[in-house]
Amino acid sequence: MSRKRSEKEYQKTAEFHFRRWLEGSKDPFLDTVELKPQKKFAEEDAVTKKRQQELNELRLALYDKNKNRVVKGFEVLYKICSPLFCILIIGALLIAVSFLPPEGNASNPVNNEVEARYLEAGLQETGAVNSVAGMILNYRAFDTFGETNVLYIATCCVMILLLVEDDKIRNKLQLNDREFEPRNDVILQKVAMLLVPIVFMFGIYVMLNGHLGPGGGFAGGAMVGAGLILYVSAYGTKKTQRFFNEKIYTVIKVTALCLYGLLMVYFYYTGANGLDNHIPLGIPGNILSSGLILPINVLVGTEVACTMYAFYALFRRGDV
Amino acid sequence: MLDFVQNFPCFSILLCMFAGIISSALNGKSAKLLNRCVLILITVMSAVLLVYLVGKGESFVYVAGSFPAPWGNELRAGVLEAGMALFFCIIMLLSLLGGGYKLDLELEHGKEKLYYIMINLLMSSLLALIYTNDMFTAYVFVEINTISACGLIMIRQWGRTIEAATRYMIMSLLGSGLLLMGLVFLYGITGHLLMSNIHTQVVQIAATETYRVPLMVTIALICVGLAIKSALFPFHNWLPDAYGYSTVSSAAILSSLVSKGYIFLLIKIIYRVIGFNIIQDSKVINILFVFGLAGMIFGSLSAMKEKDIRRMIAYSSVAQIGYIYMGFGLGTTAGMIASIFHIISHAASKSLLFVSAAGLSDVSGDSTDFFDLTGAAYRNKAAGAAFTVGSLSMVGLPLFAGFISKLLFAQAAAISSSWKMLPTLVVLALSTILNAIYFMKTVVRIYTPVKWNAVLHSKVTIKDNPVTAFALFLFIVLNILLGMCSQPVMNLINSGLHMFA
Repeated sequence: MSRKRSEKEYQKTAEFHFRRWLEGSKDPFLDTVELKPQKKFAEEDAVTKKRQQELNELRLALYDKNKNRVVKGFEVLYKICSPLFCILIIGALLIAVSFLPPEGNASNPVNNEVEARYLEAGLQETGAVNSVAGMILNYRAFDTFGETNVLYIATCCVMILLLVEDDKIRNKLQLNDREFEPRNDVILQKVAMLLVPIVFMFGIYVMLNGHLGPGGGFAGGAMVGAGLILYVSAYGTKKTQRFFNEKIYTVIKVTALCLYGLLMVYFYYTGANGLDNHIPLGIPGNILSSGLILPINVLVGTEVACTMYAFYALFRRGDV
Repeated sequence: MLDFVQNFPCFSILLCMFAGIISSALNGKSAKLLNRCVLILITVMSAVLLVYLVGKGESFVYVAGSFPAPWGNELRAGVLEAGMALFFCIIMLLSLLGGGYKLDLELEHGKEKLYYIMINLLMSSLLALIYTNDMFTAYVFVEINTISACGLIMIRQWGRTIEAATRYMIMSLLGSGLLLMGLVFLYGITGHLLMSNIHTQVVQIAATETYRVPLMVTIALICVGLAIKSALFPFHNWLPDAYGYSTVSSAAILSSLVSKGYIFLLIKIIYRVIGFNIIQDSKVINILFVFGLAGMIFGSLSAMKEKDIRRMIAYSSVAQIGYIYMGFGLGTTAGMIASIFHIISHAASKSLLFVSAAGLSDVSGDSTDFFDLTGAAYRNKAAGAAFTVGSLSMVGLPLFAGFISKLLFAQAAAISSSWKMLPTLVVLALSTILNAIYFMKTVVRIYTPVKWNAVLHSKVTIKDNPVTAFALFLFIVLNILLGMCSQPVMNLINSGLHMFA
């Protein structure tokens, strides 16, 4: 038989106490539990400052070899180990070199059919008197196209680092290249007036004569680039930009590389598919001879000259 | 007369170069469009080439120019080369799609076109490394690869990326220098630069025992040079900064393509230049094996210590590169197949991880710190799911690409008869556990609910960024495809290796 318990009776039972403890309104061991909201953690300004300062000191001390024994130990170890390592590698390489075939021996592995054909049939097959030009621009044209692209991508990388596109930022950075130099230096200008045409002429001569004698696109382009740099340093940017500004630079660079690429596509395609490439080799020794080598030399020279000048201008002003 | 398809290797390399050259005359938007078009075109061309080569059943040589080998330059394409080119193109395209939105935010105004120049030339150099049959061509394109990778790192102009790029350049140039020295030695003792001709000469040298010392030094120089460039364990110090702080697509491309390009070149050198038997007999391969094992452990340990998610993923790359070199080190064909499969599966998962990690840090106040990332998967659901898939693949759960490569490694180790079996299996198990610890820790962290913090948190849905979500979806599909249908890929690798020899 069940009966209803009174409130008072119920409050004495263990069940009631447990329930109150569970709800958190009453702790059986204490009086009423006090629930206070947690205070937000607040640090005093002085403490924060001190902590920051200590952190900074720690950072400085971390790489101070007098305070950090690990760094000191590493430095000592580095000083001992790096020469040992270098000596070891130098020794290994020297030993390996001593086993290599002696220089200039006729029976060396390098004196094989490859070299023989380059030297003996090169003149006839490429039409170039300069057999180095024949080798790099005709037999191994693919590598040289890659090498020209190395120059191009190097300029692009320098542009990533140094190019300042916006005129406002450039003014702010005060990238004025003639701030610390004498303006209109008479001696420099007179000498440049005499030298620049000669340098240009010689550079172009080396470029055009690449298949007949020493030189070629890379050497000639470097000379033309040097001439441009001399002109800029004597007459300043403003005068140079009348005939060589960023727009012209981009157009010349892209045109030269694209033409080079197109010539190469034609050369590879006809060569690989066994087609006749219709490029006359001419009489060896003439200026208009040796097929593709002459135009390629000119194009490579243009690209190299642009690269040289762009490097100079980028390092100086952050702009071409 | 060649079939027209056989021109595709040369065309795809030159197309990339043209795109790179023309990009400098365009503005950022057109350069981007051109880059995408060229990449899609090359993907299609590589796929056609792959189908053609599978049908033909043998590799072919393409004479670049009118002079045949050994006088002129040559390209060579087999099933493995075409397959790799196709795969690299797909990963490149997906990485650019997935990380493209970040470029607008992180690049200095007006330098987008320079980024695409770097991407185009990097792609051309990767394709050239895959297809070339000439050691010196390989070196020239290694140079392009190095410079463009530096550009990709430092184009996000920030103190840490400049420092990372400097480090990368120093280490990478050291690697190039060693490779070049190796090539000089090789030319000195064989007199050739073309891979097949060098191989015949090397076989003779090995048979007659002349020039034995220079040959060993050459193998060591080339292996160490390429190991530095692909961040094998003791030479990995440049890696966490370079991958951790550069812009997302750069990190994805660097980790999944650039280092893999060098490893593929090393595979080519092992098979086509020196010869697999001679490499097996030399002791250099044991060194690669030991370094690979050490990398598997120490890379994972460093990753566990990291509190920065990007750097953790970067350190995990060190461990994965260790797996690949461990496969080389086994010195068996099965090990090599496992390594090549791991190149593919790692590239697919690592780029996925980088892109999704960027998505996660976007909704956590651009922070890459673990603590801030708590609950990020609820705020960016696509990235969270993608990160989980990538992690599971890295840990090696069945269904995903990583499982197959781990299975292949274990099988290769089990059937190898040398002393290498036990250490491989033990380290493989240990490394898997370590992988699971740090990747699962991150997955649990991003799926832990956290109270909304108005300053730090934001929400990104699929509709906000459909391109990235699409790229992530394709990445996941690729990963599961590799995990579920691995047999066709394995068959391709197998027939490709047969064509190599």
